Amino acid sequence: MTDFMKRFGRAALMAGAALFATSAMAEDTIKIGASLAVTGPASFLGDPEAKTLELYVERINEAGGVNGKQLELVLYDDGGNANKARTFATRLVEDDGIVAMVGGSTTGTTMAMVPVFEDAGIPFISLAGAVVIIDPVKEYVFKTPHTDRMACQKIFTDMQARGISKVGMISGTGGFGKSMRDQCLDVVGDFGIEIVADETYGPKDSDMTPQLTNIKAAEGLQAVINPGFGQGPAIVTRNFQQLGFDVPLYQSHGVASKSFIDLAGDAAEGVRLPASALLVADKLPDDDPQKQVVVDYKTAYEEATGQPVSTFGGHAYDGLMILVEAMERAGSEDPSAIRDEIEKTAGFMGTAGVVNMSADDHLGLDLTAFRMLEIKNGDWTIVE
Amino acid sequence: MPELLQFCVSGLTVGAVYALVALGFTIIYNASDVVNFAQGEFVMIGGMATVFLTAAGIALPLAALLAIVAAMAIGLALHRFAIEPARGASAVTLIIITIGASIFLRGLAQVVFDKQFHSLPAFSGDEPVRFGGAAILPQSFWVLAGAGVIVLALWAFFNRTLLGKAVLATAANRLAARLVGINTSFVVGFSFVVSAGIGAVAGILVTPITLTSYDIGTLLALKGFAAAMLGGMGNPLGAIVGGLAVGLLEALGAGYISSTYKDAIAFIVILGVLFVLPGGLFGKASVERV
Repeated sequence: MTDFMKRFGRAALMAGAALFATSAMAEDTIKIGASLAVTGPASFLGDPEAKTLELYVERINEAGGVNGKQLELVLYDDGGNANKARTFATRLVEDDGIVAMVGGSTTGTTMAMVPVFEDAGIPFISLAGAVVIIDPVKEYVFKTPHTDRMACQKIFTDMQARGISKVGMISGTGGFGKSMRDQCLDVVGDFGIEIVADETYGPKDSDMTPQLTNIKAAEGLQAVINPGFGQGPAIVTRNFQQLGFDVPLYQSHGVASKSFIDLAGDAAEGVRLPASALLVADKLPDDDPQKQVVVDYKTAYEEATGQPVSTFGGHAYDGLMILVEAMERAGSEDPSAIRDEIEKTAGFMGTAGVVNMSADDHLGLDLTAFRMLEIKNGDWTIVE
Repeated sequence: MPELLQFCVSGLTVGAVYALVALGFTIIYNASDVVNFAQGEFVMIGGMATVFLTAAGIALPLAALLAIVAAMAIGLALHRFAIEPARGASAVTLIIITIGASIFLRGLAQVVFDKQFHSLPAFSGDEPVRFGGAAILPQSFWVLAGAGVIVLALWAFFNRTLLGKAVLATAANRLAARLVGINTSFVVGFSFVVSAGIGAVAGILVTPITLTSYDIGTLLALKGFAAAMLGGMGNPLGAIVGGLAVGLLEALGAGYISSTYKDAIAFIVILGVLFVLPGGLFGKASVERV
C-alpha cells in the first residue's frame, strides 16, 4: 500500500512538474499563427511566404526575440483551400492560443478566415491581393500586398501615357483574376480607356489561343491586359506571341516572379507589369529609400533558400515586420493592444513600399509603391 | 474564316494529347477491365522527368527516353504492387486503387521534383508557321505527328505481332486466352507498361506548349476519360476520335460561345452523345455471349 502511495505520489509530482514546465515555456514565447498555401495550385505564393516567415522568426529569435520573449511560429498548410484555412484559423485561435496572425496566401482563404479573427479579436495581417480584404475596413484585418485595384490604376496610367485607349482584356477565372477584372472594369473609365474585348480562361487551361484570336479581331485594339496568376499568364504570353499580335501586352503583379520569365521564354520580351521594388532591388538607384530594405531581404532569402526571391515572400516579410514593430511599440502581447499599434504603423519601409496605416486604411500603400517594369533580355527593367 | 482555322488548330493540338491519354485508358481497359485513373500521372511523369533530366545536363532526346523508361517502370510497379495483388477484386475496387495510386504519384512527384511549373524548349523553335491566317506552333506538328506515329505503331503491334494478338485475345476473353496458353497476367502488366509509355510520350511532346507541374495529371485524366467515353470505352479508334473531338469542342466553345463555359460545353456535348449512343461514338452494343 505504502509502495503504491509512493509510486502514485511520484507520478503525480512528475505530472505536476511537466505541467509546470509547459506552462512556464508558454510564458516565454509569443505564439503567432500562419495558414499558408504551401502546397497546391497557389504554392508559388505560400511556399516563399512560409520560408520567409520561418527564416525571419529564427533571425528575430537569435537577435533576442520580441520584448525579451522568443517568437513561436505556428504554421499550417491549407493548400489554398478555403475550408481548410477556416478550420486552421479556428484551431490557431482556440487550441494554439496565438496572439496575432500573418497570412492567408490567397484572397479566398483570407476571406474564409476573416470572421474567425474578427470574432476572436486577434489581429490578422493577410498576404493576399484583392481589395475586398480591407475595403470595407474590418477592425482586426490588415494586409501587406498592393491591391488589384492599384495594379489596374498603375497599368491604365502607363497606357494613358503611351496614348492607348482601346484595350482587350483576358482574365483568369480564379479568385485573383476575377477580382482584378472587376476592379479594372471599375476604374477604367477614369482613364478614358475602353475595354473592347473581354475574355476569360480557367486557371488550369493549357491553351488560350481561341480567346486571344477573338481579342485580336477586336476593332482598333491598341493593347492587351491579362489579370491572373499562376501558369495561365505564362501560357497567355506564349499564345500572344504565337498569334503575332503587334500591340503591347500588360500582365499583372500576379506574375511578378522570375519563374514567369522562365516559363514564358522569349515571348515575355516587352511584356509590361506593375510590381514591387523587390524584383529590381539591384537596379534601384542608390538614393532610393527602399533600396536598403529590399536588398537586405533579397540577400537573406536567397542565401537561406537558394531560390530567387519573389514579391510574395516579400509580403510575408512586410507582414511579420509590421507585426513585430507593433508588438514592440505595444510592449505587450495583448491582441487588441497589438491591433491598435498595427493601425498606427507610419513610415514603415517594407518590400512593397512605404506603409502608412490609419483607422480607415488597413493597407497604407499608395501608387508610388508600384514600379512599372518591362521585361527586356529575359530580365526586369524599370521603365519610369 | 482565319478564326475558325485557328480554333481548329488549337483544338486539334490539345485534342491529340487527350487522345493519347484516352488511348492509354483504352489499352488497360481492354486487357483488364480496369479504368486506370493514374493515366494522367504518366503524362506528368513524362514531362517532369524530362524537365529535370535536361536541367541536370542530359541531352533532350536521351532525357526523353529515360523519362519514358521511368514512366514504364512505374507503370509496371503499379501493376505488380497494386493491381496484381488485388486480382479477383471487383472492377470498382481496382478503379479505387488506381485513384489512390494517382494521389500517391502526385505526392511523390511533389517530393522528388517540386511544386513549381516547368517548361521545355520547343523541339524545333518557337517561330509559328502562318497558314491561311492561322498561326501554328512547330510543336503542334510534333504533338500531332507523335500521336499519329503511336497510333500506327499500336495498330501494327496489335495486328502484326504475336504479343499484340495475345493482348487482343486477353481483351476478348480472359479465360479462353488462358486456356490457349496465354499468360494473361503478363499481358495485363504489359498493357500497363505500354500505357505508361504512351502517356509519358504525350507529356514530353506537350510540355513545351502547355507547361507541366506535379498536378496536371488530374485534369488530363478527366479529359482523357471523357474522350474515351465519347469514343466508346475500349475502342482505340474511338479514343483518337474522342480525344480530337473533345479538344475541338473546347476550342470552338471558347471561341464562339463563351470561354467561361469552355469545359462545360465539352462535357454537355459528351453527355448528349452518351444519352443518344450509350456506348459512345464507336462503341459496340454490349452483348454478353453465353
